[in-house]
Amino acid sequence: MNDKIKIQNIDLFYGEFQALKNVNMDIKENEITAFIGPSGCGKSTLLKSLNRMNDLIEGVKIKGKILLDKVDIYKDMDPTVLRRRVGMVFQKPNPFPMSIYENVAYGPKTHGIKQKSKLDEIVEKSLRSAAMWDEVKDRLKKSALGLSGGQQQRLCIARAFSVNPEVILLDEPTSALDPISTMKIEDLLIEIKKNYTIVIVTHNMQQATRISDKTAFFLHGEIIEFDETEKLFSIPKNKKTEDYITGRFG
Amino acid sequence: MDRNISNLRQRKIKSAIFKSLVWLCGMLTVGILVYILLFILLRGIPKINMEFLFGQYNTTTLSAFSSIVATVQMIVLSLLVSVPIGVFCAIYLAEYATRGNKVVKIIRLAVDTLAGIPSIVYGLFGLIFFVKILGFRASILSGICTISIMILPVIISSSEEAIKSVPDMYREGSLGLGATRLRTVFRIVLPTAMPGILSGVILAIGRIVGETAALIFTSGTNVLKNPTLDLHASQRTLAIHMYMLASEGLPHSKDMAFATGAILILVVFLVNYATTKAAGRLGRLNNE
Repeated sequence: MNDKIKIQNIDLFYGEFQALKNVNMDIKENEITAFIGPSGCGKSTLLKSLNRMNDLIEGVKIKGKILLDKVDIYKDMDPTVLRRRVGMVFQKPNPFPMSIYENVAYGPKTHGIKQKSKLDEIVEKSLRSAAMWDEVKDRLKKSALGLSGGQQQRLCIARAFSVNPEVILLDEPTSALDPISTMKIEDLLIEIKKNYTIVIVTHNMQQATRISDKTAFFLHGEIIEFDETEKLFSIPKNKKTEDYITGRFG
Repeated sequence: MDRNISNLRQRKIKSAIFKSLVWLCGMLTVGILVYILLFILLRGIPKINMEFLFGQYNTTTLSAFSSIVATVQMIVLSLLVSVPIGVFCAIYLAEYATRGNKVVKIIRLAVDTLAGIPSIVYGLFGLIFFVKILGFRASILSGICTISIMILPVIISSSEEAIKSVPDMYREGSLGLGATRLRTVFRIVLPTAMPGILSGVILAIGRIVGETAALIFTSGTNVLKNPTLDLHASQRTLAIHMYMLASEGLPHSKDMAFATGAILILVVFLVNYATTKAAGRLGRLNNE
């Protein structure tokens, strides 16, 4: 399979603090790649570098290259174009304070689609892909904030689908959800990976083993080990990885 | 053990005293408000008649019609000037300016200073600048210009607070879909902040309606026989009408001052009700 994203020699600083140290990684198309590691290890920071959401934080400096389909996203790509191609789902469900329909239609409208029938089609398709069309089809005009936490998060996933991205980044998408909602989202991710490239940050190692093809273990801003998920969890090469996955720290 | 029990009793007594004190203060505030309202409304409302509301002004009717029209003009036009300027300024402060920016410090200082200046000083400024230097004369136009500057700080600071209280996760959600900063501000941030911005507008309306000092110098104390929409005319607002009637020596002018006060209160209630309704409608999706 092709390398969708290539991360080359990335150093990232928040002011004086170095959050990522010489990170290198290739992320393959149509796979789920999981980032694990203790809090503050840099996994979310790296995730946010992949669609330049770090640009929004003052005092962030980044060195090195990130290539999306061989194009340097920091040099040769407009952030709005990049973020359309690389969508994101956040830790806390963040539907806009609008109707369910408007939440999903916001993305396509942003990119210039105005035709009502076209929007209707995109909304239905996106909600179907997020496996929630049947739950909400009768209340599309109702506020998205009236949905449960799990439904809100799936709505955010549907919203991410709405602009037809190639990569979807998920930053601990289930950490605020109950086990049943978590399971629904995990099933969904496995279902959709044939069409997308997925990168997920998770605190939950079981989650990584359940859904991911590759796993990267981060510690203090460095990648300690990056391998097939099965290998990393059964025969870790590094002592630190072993300590972490067996629960000796973290 | 004994000590503990007496402690507990002491604490209970203290909390009872405190509770009644708080209750008393609350009741006192409501009581004073009710007293003032009743005092004005009971004396004012019986004196209101059609002549007074919609008739020509002369020394018998002392009609408030032209003043009512001038007040509404003043509210609508000065809001039309100040709200866009104030909201855009707040957007700059809250969304675009980087932290520690010098310009921001200057704007904040200006806003805080403007908010603290007594209205009579605005009046003098208006008299010199709009009335004399720009040659607007004593007119509704001069009044609107002066009042617009006066309410600007209220609108800026309440809008800035409202915009800042919009959770960052909404902005991230929008930017994450590839929306530009501009679209994020107008489609996501401003609608979410609208109820807060409107509460600033209500405060501003209160200042416009209640203003006398700044307006006596700029729009004048003149009263026209019939209402006019001509901005170059000098015409008093309701608050000044009330002030002038109260200090005039006609036998019924005191009574009519109360009638004007009653109308003023009703106008404020109406405007606030309308604005709250509008805010409720705009904010409904947020609260559902």
